[in-house]
Amino acid sequence: MFSFLINRLLQSIVVLIAVALIAFSLFKFVGDPINNMVGQDTTLQEREELRERLGLNDPFHLQFYHFIKNAAVGDFGISYRHKVPVSDLIAERAPATLELSIISVLLSVFIGIPMGVYTAIHRRGFISRSFMSLSLVGISLPTFLIGILFIFLFGVILRWLPTFGRGEVVSIGWWTTGLLTWSGIKSLILPSITLALFQMTLIMRLVRTEMLEVLCTDYIKFARARGLSEQAINFGHALKNTLIPVITIIGLQLGLVMAFAIITETVFQWPGMGMLFIQSIEEVDVPVMAAYLMMISLIFVSINLLVDILYAYIDPRLTIDGGSKHG
Amino acid sequence: MSMIKKILTTSIMTGMILGASAVSANTLKFAFQGDAQSFDPHGLNETFTLGFLSNVYEGLTMLDKDIKVVPGLATSWEVTSPTTIVFKLRPGVKFHNGNSFNADDVIFSWQRTLSEGSDQKVRGMMVKDIKKIDDLTIEVHTDGPQPLMPSEWAWVFMMDKEWAEEHGAINAANVKEKNANGYTLNHANGTGPFEVVSRQPDVKTVFKRTANHWNKITTNITDVIFTPVKQAATRTAALISGELDMVYPIPVQDWKRLDSEEGVSAIRGPEARTIFLGMDQSRDELLYSNIKGKNPLKDIRVRKAMAHALHLDLIKKKIMRGASTPTGLMIAPQVNGFNPDYNTPYKYDPAMSKKLLAEAGYPDGFEITIDCPNNRYVNDEKICQAVASMMAKVGIKMKVLAQPKSKYFGKILAQNNYDTSMYLLGWTPGSMDVHNVLLGLISCQNKETKAGLFNLGNYCNKRVDELQKLVGVETDPVKRQTYIDEAMKIVKDEVGYLPLHQQPLSWGISDKFQINQRADNVFDFRYVVKK
Repeated sequence: MFSFLINRLLQSIVVLIAVALIAFSLFKFVGDPINNMVGQDTTLQEREELRERLGLNDPFHLQFYHFIKNAAVGDFGISYRHKVPVSDLIAERAPATLELSIISVLLSVFIGIPMGVYTAIHRRGFISRSFMSLSLVGISLPTFLIGILFIFLFGVILRWLPTFGRGEVVSIGWWTTGLLTWSGIKSLILPSITLALFQMTLIMRLVRTEMLEVLCTDYIKFARARGLSEQAINFGHALKNTLIPVITIIGLQLGLVMAFAIITETVFQWPGMGMLFIQSIEEVDVPVMAAYLMMISLIFVSINLLVDILYAYIDPRLTIDGGSKHG
Repeated sequence: MSMIKKILTTSIMTGMILGASAVSANTLKFAFQGDAQSFDPHGLNETFTLGFLSNVYEGLTMLDKDIKVVPGLATSWEVTSPTTIVFKLRPGVKFHNGNSFNADDVIFSWQRTLSEGSDQKVRGMMVKDIKKIDDLTIEVHTDGPQPLMPSEWAWVFMMDKEWAEEHGAINAANVKEKNANGYTLNHANGTGPFEVVSRQPDVKTVFKRTANHWNKITTNITDVIFTPVKQAATRTAALISGELDMVYPIPVQDWKRLDSEEGVSAIRGPEARTIFLGMDQSRDELLYSNIKGKNPLKDIRVRKAMAHALHLDLIKKKIMRGASTPTGLMIAPQVNGFNPDYNTPYKYDPAMSKKLLAEAGYPDGFEITIDCPNNRYVNDEKICQAVASMMAKVGIKMKVLAQPKSKYFGKILAQNNYDTSMYLLGWTPGSMDVHNVLLGLISCQNKETKAGLFNLGNYCNKRVDELQKLVGVETDPVKRQTYIDEAMKIVKDEVGYLPLHQQPLSWGISDKFQINQRADNVFDFRYVVKK
């Protein structure tokens, strides 16, 4: 088990460094940061001095070495645009993204699972069929389009909900939350549904398929023969057994939701990390871009590592395969 | 019964609304597509940033609603010798923290513009030394005559020396110093009509009207809330839904929609920004063309052919929705030095273009690539595509390379050795004076004197260079204008550039407010009135 862990951990570090290298070599294609940092009247000499100060004239491997060395101790440098440490910026924006992502995941779970169960049980019902066709929309329409449609419908035509922003937020220590004010909650509705829609339909379809399979198994038939109530069979026995793959997917999707949040955040001007990333790309704020990409890959790598460990724990055969050579 | 109920509820509601408006202040909520790139008053010399800050900070001079230079924190100034200007400072001016404004603050602010993190060094370096005569009189010494210094200094904001020292902000905020002098990035203390209540970069900035401002100003607004909104569609939606009172810019294609909605309108006017095409006239062989061994753009007949192939009215009609102002000059009417006599665009005459091309030895035209931004100016990429199809009609095959501004500027500017054969650029002189354009765009490139930094194609005429220098130091307005006219005529006759148009300003506003649209696209709170 121990060697398995070490092995996986090393692999994760290699993945992180690879991501850093790829990201870093892509940055030079984004443009020149200097032009966004100075005005049109700034002389060539001043621009050159700034470039020198930022270390942009150093060769690539040296720049990369400095980046890795500092990143290893959590120092991502200073944002070119905001002129404050990147870690502060990310910490300031993280609550908005986390709140949005968590609410979206909760929404997709608590709406997606019941919908999946319902469509599995009443396969040919009218409501099931409409759920299924609606879910196609959720899977196939791009997020930004759904967001704009929502804004147009609920913000402009009906005027029920705000079109952008986070509303009023309350600070609790370093965390800021919109859940404690009415305007904050109202602001959360549209973006969280927009973000949740894809996961929601995914979970619904997954639960439905799993459910259909389980409902055909012998033990369900046996339960029926015993005369258990439909409710007990469907929720007590069938659903429980479908949840294992669903939970795995939800875990893996959490990372995706945070990454997907970029588009939702841009459409709704949600002041989270995704918005920060998009703005940084536009202004070629390399330290912020690098830190964001590293953070997202760290999240993905950690989730995968965790899943691997859990699997290994559940099924010891994996450990032997991974740890020995005759796998 | 129901009637009575209706009347009752209506009157209660009216009462509530009236009560609310009597208690609540006049708040203006507005959005721009991005945030000020630096909140430090000397951090970035860029129009939106400086315009945004000009509600909080003021300079010795300032710009009024027609962008004319008027006295600001100086009541008057006098040129006492060719290299000396004496400023009388305004008495009784207070910073937001209550400190008085005086000569020491001017000297401090000037020195701060020369600090490492400052982007106002060019304006700071116009001055050699400032001597304090008394608390409200200063003597500014310059190396040579600097008649433009007072108007340029409308953008040099005055800071309180004591406040800056107290908060470790004696130098402009610098990207390389960790955790040092970052105070000015979220805090401000100026003399302007509005003070900053809170600021979170990229998210929200709250202003309130300061008590006892020295100047009589029109506005009845007491609070201003600014939120950047990046997506144009979201901005427009927020304006229509009433969440925001003013947003800009509005995409030209959304004008119709705004006009058809109740309670909001799009206000548009000509911006002082001139959009033009530049051509590489210095290399012996173009970087991006199929003609090898020579540079067709060095031939005046080819440049003329291009000029006559441009159908500016068509661009105006089809791409700018009738809202651009076709131009023949490199400066807009709002810019000091503008002379309408020279503003007629080149005539649209494709037959002549073809003839000129044949004369120059290119009867079948040639190929060339034009560099173009796609997120910097109003419909920039579409303009380039239109130009390409107009050129195609006379035989020039133009390829459009449109890129986001970061990539675009990174490619074509000086630090990348002007890597372009032809390009589209827009320019508003920060000083609103023609000299800025003559120096930066029209003078020959010169690394030592820093002239022609943005003359990317290096159009070069020695006489124009001389005239530029004369315009820079001449104080007699009549003589100065003759120099300007001569320079502009030469550029035009030689087709140094291909001016296209002044692009439209495009602001969306709620009908509850009245504002003044400044031609430099600066939103000045001083002229906002809630009806």
